[in-house]
Amino acid sequence: MINSRFFNRSELIGFIALAAILFVILPLSLDVFRLNLVAKYLTYAFVAIGLVLCWGYGGILSLGQGVFFGLGGYCMAMFLKLEASSVENTKIQSTPGIPDFMDWNQVTSLPLFWQPFHSLTFTIAAIILVPGLFALIIGTAMFKRRVGGTYFAIITQAIAAILTILIVGQQGYTGGINGMTDLRTLKGWDIRPDHAKVILYFVEVVLLFACIGIAQFIRLTKLGRILVAMREQEDRVRFSGYSVANFKIFAFCMAAVFAAIGGAMFALNVGFMSPSFVGIVPSIEMVIYTAVGGRMSIFGAVWGSILVNFAKTSLSESFPQLWLFGLGALFIAVVLAFPNGLSGIWNDYVQPRIDRLLASRKSKPKDGWNSVADGAPAE
Amino acid sequence: MLIGHQPKPFLLAVEALTVSFDGFKAVNNLSFYVEENEIRVIIGPNGAGKTTVLDLICGKTKATSGSIQFRGKELTKLKENQIVQTGVGRKFQTPSVFEDLTVFENLEISYPKGRTVFGSLAFQRDAAVKQRVEEVAEMIFLKDRLDTYADQLSHGQKQWLEIGMLLIQDPELLMLDEPVAGMSVSERAKTAELLNRIIKDRSVLVIEHDMKFVEDIAHKVTVLHQGQILSEGTMEKVKNDPKVIEVYLGH
Repeated sequence: MINSRFFNRSELIGFIALAAILFVILPLSLDVFRLNLVAKYLTYAFVAIGLVLCWGYGGILSLGQGVFFGLGGYCMAMFLKLEASSVENTKIQSTPGIPDFMDWNQVTSLPLFWQPFHSLTFTIAAIILVPGLFALIIGTAMFKRRVGGTYFAIITQAIAAILTILIVGQQGYTGGINGMTDLRTLKGWDIRPDHAKVILYFVEVVLLFACIGIAQFIRLTKLGRILVAMREQEDRVRFSGYSVANFKIFAFCMAAVFAAIGGAMFALNVGFMSPSFVGIVPSIEMVIYTAVGGRMSIFGAVWGSILVNFAKTSLSESFPQLWLFGLGALFIAVVLAFPNGLSGIWNDYVQPRIDRLLASRKSKPKDGWNSVADGAPAE
Repeated sequence: MLIGHQPKPFLLAVEALTVSFDGFKAVNNLSFYVEENEIRVIIGPNGAGKTTVLDLICGKTKATSGSIQFRGKELTKLKENQIVQTGVGRKFQTPSVFEDLTVFENLEISYPKGRTVFGSLAFQRDAAVKQRVEEVAEMIFLKDRLDTYADQLSHGQKQWLEIGMLLIQDPELLMLDEPVAGMSVSERAKTAELLNRIIKDRSVLVIEHDMKFVEDIAHKVTVLHQGQILSEGTMEKVKNDPKVIEVYLGH
């Protein structure tokens, strides 16, 4: 997969650096609690990679990626919740064998749409297909009618709000505002202890690299170039014989599926799912991660998600009231001063310096030039 | 007018075409016919509906009534990309090229292969594609600029690139909206030369204001005025038509 054609030189350095950091350096240097936090940050990286394709390349700004993150997360959480609600675990309830929140809400039997989530195969298929189909329906309805730009962004935001209200309102079926908590085992394997957290972290990083690979593949095909072309001159693409709507639908569906995988990993790593990861605010935060990392850069999106979330954790621990202002200021700063985000800063300021240094040292042998390892943007 | 006995099949037959925007008839009961390998120039004062006619043919604007037949196919019912696939190419008035892509990539996107979502995922840049792109790049004087990003090109070069993007589609009917507008004298001469070369084996519909340029290339001229045909025929005939002189050429 990794050859000079698939990644150019600086992308290859970025890839190796990211792999080294996520696979080796972080697991060796962080305790399980912090590593689990990184796992949580990385779930947003999936969303951000999707946004790079959809927004950065295709020019389709979706302010409702939380919807797909949530759908993926809830599908996973429903499976885990059912497993945690065995008759034995819930024998003190008035109806044993159903999730606790249903019992609290006087639901006396498992609703029909919950039944298939007993099966892990169905759940995995649903994590991909439910958000994928939902995006297909929204995309078809919008793009075939040529709804785009800000109108599309506002509609996706409205959908995020509607889904949140629906989840909160249907407490007996969804767990309401509290979400689905107390998730315990995956096919009998306890997901809560430390060693399970470490394994789940590695599973997530492997999936993340798979998504990076898929996104990079799409970017390099003609479809990737058509997305760029569409962002600039939609009419020219149309009058070159392409159905612009179909390409937009494809990009939007890919972004939805990536977000859903992130959501499912969130439910596994964090151990619960709630509507606070579905609505307008989280959806906008996801766009900010992408913008900060650089909306044209797949690796940048990953770094943006990690760093903004790291800042969020540190700042909101010490100054909880200030965090939202900080986030807003960060977004304005990125849009005004660094439209290409961290990856843009890297490409404009750091990469040329490295190139110059390398060129000036060309005659000499490579004497301990190992700081190339921080070739990842934003190190 | 021309309805009735038709001596040979037309490539493009526009009949009783009308489009109205909130009651204003930009094109009013317009009929004209373009033959195979014909170069037709549409001229007329500002607001005569010239660009609207091209918009109607390529599907950008939907007709209120009337019909547009291309090789016997009704275009008014098709989507833009389907119209392109039947063999109609359109160049816009302002050069619309993809500035974030290279000249090569611009031309490659217009190459008529892999036009569906999955087709474009599977599309390979094979020898045939490369050869065709290089061939067209040579024709449009951009052979040495294949790896240049289109935003680095001059206005005239962008116009050529867009013409090249149409050429690579190999349309049977090529529609050009003011192809020499904003060009320098030398660019204009080169463009005329380019157009004369590419019009072989296809029909061309051109909108142009530059009368010298029109005289050089036109087989037949249609003069539009307020959405209707004022005069039609050879350049010689149109030039001497008193109605045309009054509304258009006179000033």
